[in-house]
Amino acid sequence: MIADFFFVLFAVMAIGGAAAMVLARNPVASLLYLVMAFFAMSGIFVLLDAHFIAAVNLIVYAGAILVLFLFVIMLLNLGQTDKTDLRGALYSILGISAAGAMFGLLVVTLRGGRVTSMGGGMGQETMDAMLRTRGAVGMVADPMFRSYLVPFEITSLLLLVAIVGAIVLARRRAP
Amino acid sequence: MDIETYTLILSALLFAIGTAGVMLRRNAIIMFMCIELMLNAVNLTLVVFSRSLGIEAQVFVFFVMAVAAAEAAVGLAIIIAIFRHYELVDVDRFNLLKW
Repeated sequence: MIADFFFVLFAVMAIGGAAAMVLARNPVASLLYLVMAFFAMSGIFVLLDAHFIAAVNLIVYAGAILVLFLFVIMLLNLGQTDKTDLRGALYSILGISAAGAMFGLLVVTLRGGRVTSMGGGMGQETMDAMLRTRGAVGMVADPMFRSYLVPFEITSLLLLVAIVGAIVLARRRAP
Repeated sequence: MDIETYTLILSALLFAIGTAGVMLRRNAIIMFMCIELMLNAVNLTLVVFSRSLGIEAQVFVFFVMAVAAAEAAVGLAIIIAIFRHYELVDVDRFNLLKW
């Protein structure tokens, strides 16, 4: 019962934050609404027993990536727009109908996925048992460092390439 | 209807809001933020399916976050480079390759 209450609270926060992000005029306000939406999504991760993902989502996503966005907004001094940059009526209708079509497509697709996932799944009991025996971190770390060790190492290569690329792109050209 | 079904609908809705945001805004940074929202909506879907299909889905959430971090770093660097050139981040004004 209390989980239902928190789910509704977090869902309303996430949807409200996301919608306010799209509609907010000021980029800084927009970003803070997105932080609120990500915070609510972390709450939903906790409700789904993914405690480690919830913590990483808060620390890495809301804490680091979005602060990087805020840093760039303030570096480029974009926080004082007085007129909105939303597109015109025709484009808005097109965009909203495309988003609605995307929503319908996703609901139909995920409904199909939900049905196939019911057969031969783990279920809630195994999830609880795993959480109890291995802990929230060990549960994720076990497959990551056994089955997915090579992709994990390749991720470090990806991050290295991203670091070098970001430095090269944002560097001031030599005079 | 249980919490997982509602979470799937919620993630579809958040993805659709992100799509609408990319199409409705002209500010390149806010378009990027909408893409981050779409990535996190996918994470929500993966976590829901990790409950029934196996814990490996949460490893993919981890990879999605790493890719999102890399994408944010490179994308923001591109935005800074463009801003140096044009002094604005309005995507409609970047029309050098448009005819």
